[in-house]
Amino acid sequence: MVDVTHGGPISGGTASGAAPAFEVGEPDLYHPRSWVTKYVFSQDAKVIAIQYGLTAMAIGLVALVLSWLMRMQLAFPGLLPFIDADHYYQFITMHGMIMVVYLLTALFLGGFGNYLIPLMLGARDMMFPYLNMLSYWIYLAAVLLLVAGFFVPGGPTGAGWTLYPPQAILANTPGQSWGIVVMLASLMLFIIGFTMGGLNYVVTVLQGRTRGLTLMRMPLTIWGIFTATVMALLAFPALFVGAVMMLFDRLLGTSFFMPAIVVTGEQAPYGGGSPILFQHLFWFFGHPEVYIVALPAFGIVSDLISTHARKNIFGYRMMVWAIVGIGALSFVVWAHHMYVSGMNPGFGFFFATTTLIIAIPTALKVYNWVLTLWRGDIHFTVPMLFALGFIVTFINGGLTGLFLGNVVVDVPLSDTMFVVAHFHMVMGVAPILVIFGAIYHWYPKITGRMLDTTLGKIHFWMTFLGAYLIFFPMHYLGLLGVPRRYFEMGETAFVPASAATLNVFITITALVVGATQMLFLFNLAWSLRHGREAGGNPWRATTLEWQTPETPPAHGNWGAERPVVYRWAYDYSVPGAPQDFLPQNDPGPDLASSGETVAEGVR
Amino acid sequence: MSVILLFLVGILAIAFGWLWRQGILTKPWLEVGVAGPAAPPDRSPARGARVGLAVFLAVVGSLFALSASAYLMRAGLGDWEAVRMPGIVWVNTGVLALSSIALETARLAARRDDIEGVRAGVRAGALTALLFLAGQWLAWRQLRAEGYFLAGNPATAFFYLLTGLHGLHVAGGLAVLGRVAWRMERGAGIARLRLGVDLCATYWHALLLIWLVLLGLLANWVGDFVAICRQLLT
Repeated sequence: MVDVTHGGPISGGTASGAAPAFEVGEPDLYHPRSWVTKYVFSQDAKVIAIQYGLTAMAIGLVALVLSWLMRMQLAFPGLLPFIDADHYYQFITMHGMIMVVYLLTALFLGGFGNYLIPLMLGARDMMFPYLNMLSYWIYLAAVLLLVAGFFVPGGPTGAGWTLYPPQAILANTPGQSWGIVVMLASLMLFIIGFTMGGLNYVVTVLQGRTRGLTLMRMPLTIWGIFTATVMALLAFPALFVGAVMMLFDRLLGTSFFMPAIVVTGEQAPYGGGSPILFQHLFWFFGHPEVYIVALPAFGIVSDLISTHARKNIFGYRMMVWAIVGIGALSFVVWAHHMYVSGMNPGFGFFFATTTLIIAIPTALKVYNWVLTLWRGDIHFTVPMLFALGFIVTFINGGLTGLFLGNVVVDVPLSDTMFVVAHFHMVMGVAPILVIFGAIYHWYPKITGRMLDTTLGKIHFWMTFLGAYLIFFPMHYLGLLGVPRRYFEMGETAFVPASAATLNVFITITALVVGATQMLFLFNLAWSLRHGREAGGNPWRATTLEWQTPETPPAHGNWGAERPVVYRWAYDYSVPGAPQDFLPQNDPGPDLASSGETVAEGVR
Repeated sequence: MSVILLFLVGILAIAFGWLWRQGILTKPWLEVGVAGPAAPPDRSPARGARVGLAVFLAVVGSLFALSASAYLMRAGLGDWEAVRMPGIVWVNTGVLALSSIALETARLAARRDDIEGVRAGVRAGALTALLFLAGQWLAWRQLRAEGYFLAGNPATAFFYLLTGLHGLHVAGGLAVLGRVAWRMERGAGIARLRLGVDLCATYWHALLLIWLVLLGLLANWVGDFVAICRQLLT
């Protein structure tokens, strides 16, 4: 047996399981030699994951504060005198971009992807650790560049997170001089960094799985992250091309997107370009982006539900097919974001149809979650509460998506608060609930200590109910006709005065819910020292990350030998088993003696 | 957006074919025991690097397919005036093809353990790739001299953008090839060069293919071809 840990601190005895692991030709594991290479410029995926997670949460807090400021302006116009129209648009833009790209994408793929992929696959690390490290540092540079937008002359861009030209680069749009350039450069950096990380995630799933871990034995978390990464690798280039072309338009005077246009009475030096072309490129990235965030959430929720209901996931194969199917379909629905941009009605019909078709695999997943819960031994742990909260919220947000997917319904609702409510439910609140659930679930593995349950439950109920109090009334405001993106409403004939009262209510709730998140941050910090000792497998889960010899997992993850996988990831409550779960690397009662056999009727 | 959709159909076909072979129809809940191939799959760093390059080429392919989509959509608008291609572009195309051939001979030589062949191939490949970049720069100069500026007609802007993007990818490849050449010049054995040469050769072929497609776009063959197909269909 080859000892691939090179005599590191964790090398120990040889094989103890029923089947030998193969370690032939494995890549050499990188070994840190100093504090700096261990904790700062680390190539260990677990450290990189934590770096990604902390950076994403830090920049996410900035976006949270921006949303507070926007809500203050909507409820109490003029109360905060420094918020003028320009600032309001800058806050909208930065809030949206940070939340979608720099928080959700980075946290799911860079954070959970890095932590869970090697551990759940029984690998020692990612396939290209150096590239992985670069990926984080480029991401950090992208975040810093984005933040630099607040300090450049003219401030960050206020073009809206979709950055539509021509207004994004015309004078009188806030941040036209520097902000938009900084934003585009930051996005390009993010994409370059993400591509480096994404290559790692994909190749590790393809090549790094341990013995016995076939594709169809992978936990659904890995399926979600894997499919989302493939999609991101194919979709982000669209944003990259769009950003390069817009930079050319802004800095070099080309007319890729810029039509002939008169600005403050003068003919701008542009002509002939197509703003719609940018919208196509943007949404070719933008719609898959929704699922780049949603698919890891789907995967993680499946694992949380199965573990905390002590029941195997219902319809595992269907769940895998649905993830892959949603991934493929999400590339042919992008133009449903452009119904009001002017479009051939035939195209509108096509994209409405594909949009509604994608509801089928999505609904299938929801049914399977519910059927997994049915007659399960449900433990209302904090991760489970968040998982259940996700299902409800995702259904709510998804149903309004069905409304908006239809051209005739979308056209009147498109520029109202209804859309804001819809996408905040489906891709704001729902994935964030999963992120919280996942952190409560895996924190014991990452730190060796449990998060405080009471604080966790307060956090859940405040966040969950609060999110509904914020976004349900917003649907109603949208139906009343309250437009989105307006700095202030003023007097209108069609919006009743009561809408203002509702806005005040929403704002106060938003302030409270935002403040509740500080409770969560406190819990994270406090439990690091004072949390209850977790042990190796506090949730009695089956997947490989809970079976590491040490908690938190040591460098190289697995001691002397990588685990061998004997079963799928969902053997909970197996009849006749001594415990109510069988870990994936457990040969099981009937197989311990006979060694490597595969039961009849496998394929 | 038809180009990128065609590209994605290709990627999807490969992905689904692969998933099918990986046993996406199996019922994992019925399996107990060590499933999978009896012999260990190839998990060497070399295999990982090859898979990594293949995935990266898919990303690069997506980038250029999207650029081509944007090109065709923008070309459909009224103000488009096709660029008169600078003559040197044809020479450059030949040079890039030579570069690709040189690296292929290096790869073949590495398989035969012929270190001299590898040396000759890598040197010729690097030199011709540099020549290609210089030639592209000359093409830009020639265009500028003829009054085709970046901020002029969109067709010209696309010429600069697409050749620039492609040139950057060649330059990136050259950086990697430079590392291989550096190791080679310092007397590394063939075993340490084989993987690098192999990956560079694959990357060069891909960039040549992409260049030929871009050339077809810029010289408007693709547009003519699409027009002919439309006429046949209607």
